[in-house]
Amino acid sequence: MNNERPIYKYIDSIEFGLESPKMLKSIAKAKIVTPELYDKEGYPVDGGLMDVRLGVIDPGLRCKTDGQKLKESLGHFGYMELARPIIHISFIDVILGVLRSTCRTCGRILIPDDKVDSINAELDKISLDQGLSERTDKIKKIIANLRTINKCPHCSEKQKKISLDKPSTFMEEDRRLSPIEVRARLERVPDEDLSIFGINHLVARPEWMVLTVLPIPPVTVRPSITLESGERSEDDLTHKLGDIVRINQRLFENINAGAPEIIIEDLWDLLQYHVTTFFDNEVAQLPPARHRSGQPLKTLVSRIKSKEGRIRTNLIGKRTNFSARTVISPDPKIDVNEVGVPEGIAMKLTVPERVTEWNMDYLKEFVKKGNKEYPGANYIERPDGKRKRITDEVKEQLLEEIQPGFIIERHLMDGDISLFNRQPSLHRMSMMCHRVKVLPGMTLRLNPAVCEPYNADFDGDEMNLHIPQTEEARAESEILMEVQTQIISPRYGLSTIACIQDSISGNYILTREGFEMSRNEAIDILASAGITNFAKLPKKERVTGKEVFSCVLPDDFNFEGKSRLHKSNPKDPDSIVKIVNGKLITGVLDKANLGGGSGLLLRNLHKKYGRDKIILFLRDLNGLGAEVLMKYGFTSKLSDIDLTLEASKKIEDMKLETEKDVEKLITQYREGKLEQLPGRSMLESLEGKILERLNRLRNSAGELVEAEAKGDTTTMAMVKSGARGNTINLAQMSTIVGQQALRGGRIGKGYRDRSLSCFKKGDLGSNARGFIGRGFKSGLRPDEMFFMAMTGRDSLMDTALRTPKSGYLYRRLANAMQDLKVEYDFSVRDASKKIVQFMYGEDGLDVSKTEGGVINVKSIVESIK
Amino acid sequence: MVHEKIFKEYEEKIPESLISEVKKHVPEKITEAKLKKVLDEVEKEYRYSLAAPGECVGVISAESIGEPGTQMTLNTFHFAGVSEMNVTTGLPRLIEILDGRKTLSSEIMRIHLKKPYSGGKDLDKVVARLKEITLGDLIEEIDTDLVNSKLVLKLDKNQLKKYNVNSQKVINVLNKSVKAFKFELQGNSIEVLAAEGDADIVQLYKLKEKLKDVYVHGVKGIKQVLVVKREDEHVVLCAGSNLKDVMKLDFVDPTRTMTNDIFEIEKHYGIEAARELIVRELMEVIDGQGLNVNVRHIMLVADTMCMNGKVLGINRYGIVKEKSSILARASFETPIKHLVSAGLMGESDALSSVIENVMLNQPVPVGTGLPGLVIKTAKKK
Repeated sequence: MNNERPIYKYIDSIEFGLESPKMLKSIAKAKIVTPELYDKEGYPVDGGLMDVRLGVIDPGLRCKTDGQKLKESLGHFGYMELARPIIHISFIDVILGVLRSTCRTCGRILIPDDKVDSINAELDKISLDQGLSERTDKIKKIIANLRTINKCPHCSEKQKKISLDKPSTFMEEDRRLSPIEVRARLERVPDEDLSIFGINHLVARPEWMVLTVLPIPPVTVRPSITLESGERSEDDLTHKLGDIVRINQRLFENINAGAPEIIIEDLWDLLQYHVTTFFDNEVAQLPPARHRSGQPLKTLVSRIKSKEGRIRTNLIGKRTNFSARTVISPDPKIDVNEVGVPEGIAMKLTVPERVTEWNMDYLKEFVKKGNKEYPGANYIERPDGKRKRITDEVKEQLLEEIQPGFIIERHLMDGDISLFNRQPSLHRMSMMCHRVKVLPGMTLRLNPAVCEPYNADFDGDEMNLHIPQTEEARAESEILMEVQTQIISPRYGLSTIACIQDSISGNYILTREGFEMSRNEAIDILASAGITNFAKLPKKERVTGKEVFSCVLPDDFNFEGKSRLHKSNPKDPDSIVKIVNGKLITGVLDKANLGGGSGLLLRNLHKKYGRDKIILFLRDLNGLGAEVLMKYGFTSKLSDIDLTLEASKKIEDMKLETEKDVEKLITQYREGKLEQLPGRSMLESLEGKILERLNRLRNSAGELVEAEAKGDTTTMAMVKSGARGNTINLAQMSTIVGQQALRGGRIGKGYRDRSLSCFKKGDLGSNARGFIGRGFKSGLRPDEMFFMAMTGRDSLMDTALRTPKSGYLYRRLANAMQDLKVEYDFSVRDASKKIVQFMYGEDGLDVSKTEGGVINVKSIVESIK
Repeated sequence: MVHEKIFKEYEEKIPESLISEVKKHVPEKITEAKLKKVLDEVEKEYRYSLAAPGECVGVISAESIGEPGTQMTLNTFHFAGVSEMNVTTGLPRLIEILDGRKTLSSEIMRIHLKKPYSGGKDLDKVVARLKEITLGDLIEEIDTDLVNSKLVLKLDKNQLKKYNVNSQKVINVLNKSVKAFKFELQGNSIEVLAAEGDADIVQLYKLKEKLKDVYVHGVKGIKQVLVVKREDEHVVLCAGSNLKDVMKLDFVDPTRTMTNDIFEIEKHYGIEAARELIVRELMEVIDGQGLNVNVRHIMLVADTMCMNGKVLGINRYGIVKEKSSILARASFETPIKHLVSAGLMGESDALSSVIENVMLNQPVPVGTGLPGLVIKTAKKK
């Protein structure tokens, strides 16, 4: 058996249909007659639910049908003869439809013969033109219309009203239709009439929906588990089947003994209940079958359905081996496309390598080291498929065995391909291919430049690492998923992997106009950042920061762009970034050019020098930024946000003025003289106006703070470079925290007519409604602190509500569009080749190959000159 | 342009938008050879930038909208939005559009005006014509006269004047829309009597409430009107939408007037217009949140929603229902329903989409899973 390898075949299509009782019996390998499971020795009873002909779940036993052992035998179906027919709950609506629209005596559909064909033709046309779902809708309509017909057009029999007494009892007017009668009627419906009900008579007959034979699923589908105490605990399905068999037996006995009709009916109903809950334990109007502990049984439908069901957990999502997960931490010294793997993990995860004549000695070294020493190997696989663990005891012996054709699973080493992932995996950059770099420590490490695409930070985030095990997988990962292939976001066509935080502020300080250092210092910085191209530094005693920065750039690079300064001060010499022949002539580099999702500097570098080079640029840029900060220090201090006396006076005046304005508005409102805004109530108008006024105060305060703050402080450097913080944050720290918003308005009532008990009732003033007119530096009053806590809670709620909402939206989008692909003619089509777009995006361009969504014609024209 | 002929040559090779870009950027006196060089280069760049066949653009679009969706806010807080209409934005609006919901949480019309009005002439009249006036807006109070079993509606002179309605018109409208009662003008008020016999109290009370909502004047469905100045013209923003009736008004510029109701646009202008509106509305939401998503992704979503000739929502009743693959539908929502109906019809799943192949552990028919190798084998015999 062992040397046989399965032949893999592609599945071409899957067909669906119903199983006839005859078919069920012929598939079945055993007839189940007793609810007993095991005999006294613990051996499965013949004809019981754990019959060995249905497969085995105990080690040591062999399946009687195919002779295979545990885990080899897939299991086989059994069957059970039902004493009385039982209605299959999943088809209840179909049965109702058929009963209602067929004659109660002759079984024909309640449509005259001459119309049947035309309706059939119409249905075929609909399914051809519009699709199957429209056909189903049409069928529903036809059936609904047939309800009202009360005379059979074929045999002139008068029809009676049939209703469904939920969940599964059919009533004809006031008389109950037993499943036997239902089945008899369904049997009478001729094949030709079935297509109007949307039933394909080649695969399904309506009477099959009333069960006479119940298929018993294989034992392997419902394995029992052995508890610690040695007790066996059976699967929910087995429990349910036990109930069914027991009641079925009793029903048989009672029928044979000629018990009164009432008893038989009761048992029949009970059997119906058990069979129904066996299929679906969540039927409305039916109490779910429960364990003794009271928790509902998980039966067939609930096994398939929902997020925890078979489809979404086991078929769509699969589990892997060769993966690791741990806390992440930053490491600016490794390359952007590397991942730092702790040695402990590297010794657990392995890469299989096949032994050939040429690498035999190389691979033997790993085996020699064993599994406890790095870099060693954990397993060895012989060509016949037998795997052996390498331990210190057996490694000598294994070493002698090794021949070409063996596979050695060696420890992870530098340069190996790995996939690195952080959840939630919202876009393709959430799982990228990194090169392994084995490092000491306990955490996975990544270059901070890739935090952006993973949306990772280091406050305890964990990430996953996977090691592809086949050459094909490795090649695909490397070519399609490696970090450098993912630099340009397919969402907007600009760089997502870029400088962040310190490397932006560092480069900003370095390239600011007037920043100078001695040549020696410059070489110090460059060397420690790993840049050795000192020849580019001018041969003079003092060099400017721009000259130092130029060492990173290649010699033939030209660029022109705008810095963040350009918006506020276009005349500043630093506002235009100009690079000529690899030299930064003017301009300061800030977030607009170094950051992700903005600016074309990185995009142009990427385009001109390719994906592999840009990784090196990014490393150099990050290194340089970090080293500059290291060398010159970078500390935020309280006095960074100090204001001059004049400025604070000015702001105080502004506050007073605003206060007066707000009061004026309130008096106007009280006197009913306030100008009403169209479509708003008086109160809404007041609220709106106050908000507008207060917001104006904070904005002008922010501007003032920005103008006043000394430009050369580190805090300002962060704000100005765009690395972190904005002017509003500055204003919040120094003077005005601002209005606290709750559910889209000012903070309203927490108490009767007031927000907090320290205010007067009905106070509409700014302070009483959540406006904080002082800065964090001076500290908040208790009521202000409380208002902040309120908004804090509000925003927590917002996130908590938003995440599942947007998650569901995303799931729906992905599900609806997952099959759309570009064809060879550049049209976009879905899985059934229906055209969605004649040309992808109207021009066929791939966003991740463009510059911000367009082809930069201007730069092409300029390059030709 | 001088080099018209050369441009013509390239019209087949590169899209129009790129040609006009080139025209914009090349200097007037460029030599023929140089222009050709430029165009060749543009063509090369264009060809390089084309999406690769097999690229699963649907997933990329879904990612490009789904990922920023997590960064959107639920309720935006307008500090300065006093003089603007209250519009649903952010994630709720995004969900609303993609769901293909028939009733919107806030319908907005933007009405552009024809020449003299757009400059600010007779804006009061314009507003009066647009806003839906119900009887409730025009009356001061309703007296219930139980002795004579009648209602007395006291008209509000100021309001009548404001909306340019005379009392006779009110009577006419009322007689037309409420059949069971008679309406008579008595000086400044309207007397309401049952058409035949006496009305009982319950009837009168019911009528009282009903009368308040009787439509009198203006455009039905326009609940709020706000005139704003955009650039140098006056534009009317309306809460509520009724495209058909607004377009009939003589002062409305029908070429630029817009609504945010996708289904209304679909009804009056057809599916292509609806698709364009979906793109615009989605872009507006995304831009409004300060996010950057390329139009191409939005267009693909809009095209997917409109590909069946009617606007379908992205949910199990819309697009997903139209899928041909049973397993793909089953893997989304309500699997049992799909499996049962597939069984009845004897459907067969051709495994042509992604998700079924994932289920079966087979290569998916997109991207690198698409091409196969064909090997020439030696002929038998």
